[in-house]
Amino acid sequence: MNEKSTVRNTTTPRGAPLTRREALRRGLFGTAGVLLADRLITSARAEALPAPVPGKAKAKSVIQVFLWGGMSHSDTWDPKPDAGYDYTGQFSSVIPTNVSGVQLGSLFPLLAKQADKFSMIRSMTHRNNGHETAAYLMQTGHMPGERLAYPCIGAVFALLKGYNAGYKGLIPPYVVLTQPQGRFSESGFLGSRCKPFATGGDPNAARFEVEGVIARGITDQRQTGRRDFLHSMNTLGNTLPENPEIKIAKDAEQQAYNLILGEGKDVFDLAKEDTKLRDRYGRHTFGQDCLAARRLVEAGVPYVTVNYPGGWDTHSNHFATMNKQCPQLDQGLAALLQDLADRGLLESTIVWCCGEFGRSPKVDWQPPWNGGRNHYGNVFSVMVAGGGFKGGQIVGSSDAKGEEVKERPVYPIDLLGSIYELAGIDADAKLPHPLGFDARVLASSENGAKTAGRLKEIM
Amino acid sequence: MQRFLLATVLGLGSLGACAAPGSAAPLFEETKTAMPETPLDSIVFRTLAKKDIRPAYCSDAVFVRRAYLDVIGTLPTADEARAFIRDPSLNKRPALVNRLLEREEFADYWAMKWSDLLRVKAEFPVNLWPNAAQAYHHWIRSSIRDNKPYDVFVRELLTSNGSNFRVGPVNFYRAMQNRTPEGIATTVALTFMGTRAENWPTNQLAGMAVFFSQVSYKPTREWKEEIVFWNPDKSLAAPSNSVAANATNSPPSPVLRSPAGPLVGLLPDKTKIKLPPDRDPRELFADWLVSAKNPWFTINIVNRIWSWLIGRGIIHEPDDIRLDNPPSNPALLAYLQKEFIKSGFDMKHIFRLILTSRTYQFSSVFPAEKMAQAEPLFAFYPLRRLDAEVLIDAINKVTGTTDLYTSAIPEPFTFIPANKPAIALPDGSITSPFLELFGRPARATGMESERVNRPIPSQRMHLLNSSHIQRKLEEGPAMKALLDPKRKQAEIIEDLYLTILSRFPTPDEVAKVDAYIKSGVVKGREAGIDLAWALINSDEFLYRH
Repeated sequence: MNEKSTVRNTTTPRGAPLTRREALRRGLFGTAGVLLADRLITSARAEALPAPVPGKAKAKSVIQVFLWGGMSHSDTWDPKPDAGYDYTGQFSSVIPTNVSGVQLGSLFPLLAKQADKFSMIRSMTHRNNGHETAAYLMQTGHMPGERLAYPCIGAVFALLKGYNAGYKGLIPPYVVLTQPQGRFSESGFLGSRCKPFATGGDPNAARFEVEGVIARGITDQRQTGRRDFLHSMNTLGNTLPENPEIKIAKDAEQQAYNLILGEGKDVFDLAKEDTKLRDRYGRHTFGQDCLAARRLVEAGVPYVTVNYPGGWDTHSNHFATMNKQCPQLDQGLAALLQDLADRGLLESTIVWCCGEFGRSPKVDWQPPWNGGRNHYGNVFSVMVAGGGFKGGQIVGSSDAKGEEVKERPVYPIDLLGSIYELAGIDADAKLPHPLGFDARVLASSENGAKTAGRLKEIM
Repeated sequence: MQRFLLATVLGLGSLGACAAPGSAAPLFEETKTAMPETPLDSIVFRTLAKKDIRPAYCSDAVFVRRAYLDVIGTLPTADEARAFIRDPSLNKRPALVNRLLEREEFADYWAMKWSDLLRVKAEFPVNLWPNAAQAYHHWIRSSIRDNKPYDVFVRELLTSNGSNFRVGPVNFYRAMQNRTPEGIATTVALTFMGTRAENWPTNQLAGMAVFFSQVSYKPTREWKEEIVFWNPDKSLAAPSNSVAANATNSPPSPVLRSPAGPLVGLLPDKTKIKLPPDRDPRELFADWLVSAKNPWFTINIVNRIWSWLIGRGIIHEPDDIRLDNPPSNPALLAYLQKEFIKSGFDMKHIFRLILTSRTYQFSSVFPAEKMAQAEPLFAFYPLRRLDAEVLIDAINKVTGTTDLYTSAIPEPFTFIPANKPAIALPDGSITSPFLELFGRPARATGMESERVNRPIPSQRMHLLNSSHIQRKLEEGPAMKALLDPKRKQAEIIEDLYLTILSRFPTPDEVAKVDAYIKSGVVKGREAGIDLAWALINSDEFLYRH
């Protein structure tokens, strides 16, 4: 209940008068619970949505930074400086952090100053080395190859924290910056209403052109003018104003225009931010992605995924790619954590960052790789922060060369289960399946999913 | 014009929408009174007369667009629309239908429809793999192109053996999330009987499952190749697919065996059949299913075809046939069944019967308050939003542009040549953000309701305001040619209407365009782009009507 009222308070731009908010809310996604629902879901949803877990949910929003392709763990957040050149390559140095005893790879000097805000899991494992299957595992918590195609965690949030669960924001409840991953940010059997809203555009451009919201070269005057023109030219629609199909179409259009011409789009207007803060996030796409994510969380959006703009699948050209991308990752993440903390949002916002797996700790010097690293799911690292996760902690460890879990394995359902728990979502809750199959938010250990327990040590 | 239409719709007393003689030719409707012509019409008109409903026919312009979209999932060109509207011959509507039934796009579009039901998708949640999805689709499309008799079509799907890469129809047994005998039986019942076997009594489903208890799968040394075959040594006790078995909700059913030993199958009509050891039980099931005497078989398909063309099943939903869901017009269903059997299970014959009837020509203009009552009687043509694939193909055709279709996963990567329309995509894994956004089905369950055409705000945002659509309008070569500044304004307007809405503009509409140009909101070429934009965003473009 407490959570609901807070969400409500943050769904519109600050300072807007209440009546205006009401109007906006009703105009745009106020009825979206109905409009976005597709028949597949509604038919199977005679049963109610799972109730939130009693007790207070610490996390109201989640920002997931996904490093598609799989970032090396041993070059970054689980450095092994003594493993020798065949393992470290050129990245043999480590740096201290603001938490004594915690070190990171030297490519992350800014993040090192935020180590008190995050915890690092160094014993993540699922032993799966395929991009598709590992990404599915890390974001659904289900084994690939099960009979059902499960929704990813963002889609589950869209269902259980979205419009049917009291969310009233103008922006859809699950947003992806800027490009979807393909099927892994998809809604599985939950259907179209749980699909992410992918912004498209580039937040680092002069104008962040969110696809469908902000169009290039079209002034607000032309927008309004041609909307009126459209309405006058809509001969069939005007002939059948009471037709139920036409009415649905009209409602959808009205809601679309509330975002196109209304205040909702201000959330994407990064020019409203202080220039110095924008600089701190970094004047590159990833940095500004992070800033946009913070603005979305501030507006109450329950789940935001930042898909790192660029891949980490560094079979070849590994070291050059790391030298290029890690500083941007460092800058964006560090600024995000600091900014969330400054605004008092970190307590209620989970930030987690990882790829679908790590990369082989031993460098592959053979051609054609010539110093590359391959897929590695036996052990890798995940950063978690905020929303009830403690900072400054290290969870588990890998062995001397970063090749296997040494202590405290963390399996996908342990990580996702912890995030769900902090957000007040019952990981064993039943999801609505169109054929009525028994589908749960997460796989359970009774069904053979591996677990070593949720991350109680940092919760 | 509008006032006239509204007046007729809201008309005096009678439910019908017949235009008063002597008024200007209406835009969406014909003035002449609807009369039955074919035997099918007689059956439909009889039920309408009982309720005192007098339907109206759609206009030629509406018909040409409707027929193209319904029969081949493709927009008519401006020339095709113009020629049809101006054609003075009396039988031009049935003649057009007959031409469309022979077009290549007919095979593309209906292969797409069948690929939804037969779940043709390389990966997730069923894993056919790319080569197998291609083989499966190729077989489906060829079957439709050649108008393979429906009994042969179904028998091949049910009884084939061989490699998923080489024998297309074996993929029927692979395109299922649940490959247990019960899972297969449920899919067979849904697909070919239009009924939901998961609601049957357990022993009935278990009895039908026996016929599929010896379907087996084995890998080969070729990557992702799988052989589907009859394995007489297999019993129900050992499910084929351990993953699927683990994922089943219910425990495996007891094996139906007579005391002597042979398996006993229970047909859905409750006949028990002892399975001889030397015959594939799937063939015994097919013998029962694929028969003129089996109403499940014939009702399912004729009712589906009716529903695909008319927008609503005689039994509705078309894949929820059960005793307590009666047909809204039993005589109509019986007539179509009889014709289907008489024609030798000729699907195109049923298409033709429906499409050349007067019933198919009913107007979509109908008083809203009477719609709920009249819809099950097929008194009007219901509005339906264009399918995702049809919609993007139409936009691309209008603007002369293409979309890129790829599937990065699973390997091998798939790229589709730019000139291929979305309706011809063979594999549900090959997709685009547009298709995803506009409700392309997941091909997970094979249910008709998987395709969701209900508009949502993000779809409207995309059509109204995305760079994807705006770029097509501004830069598409067909748009550039249309909006050539050397052309006369009246010509441009007429061509835009014919290209996008398949009809001529009314004088009232031309005047409104003129007013918009003079309003100063836009300059020069922008006015033409905004007109195209408005027409593409109009309900008339977005809906089959």
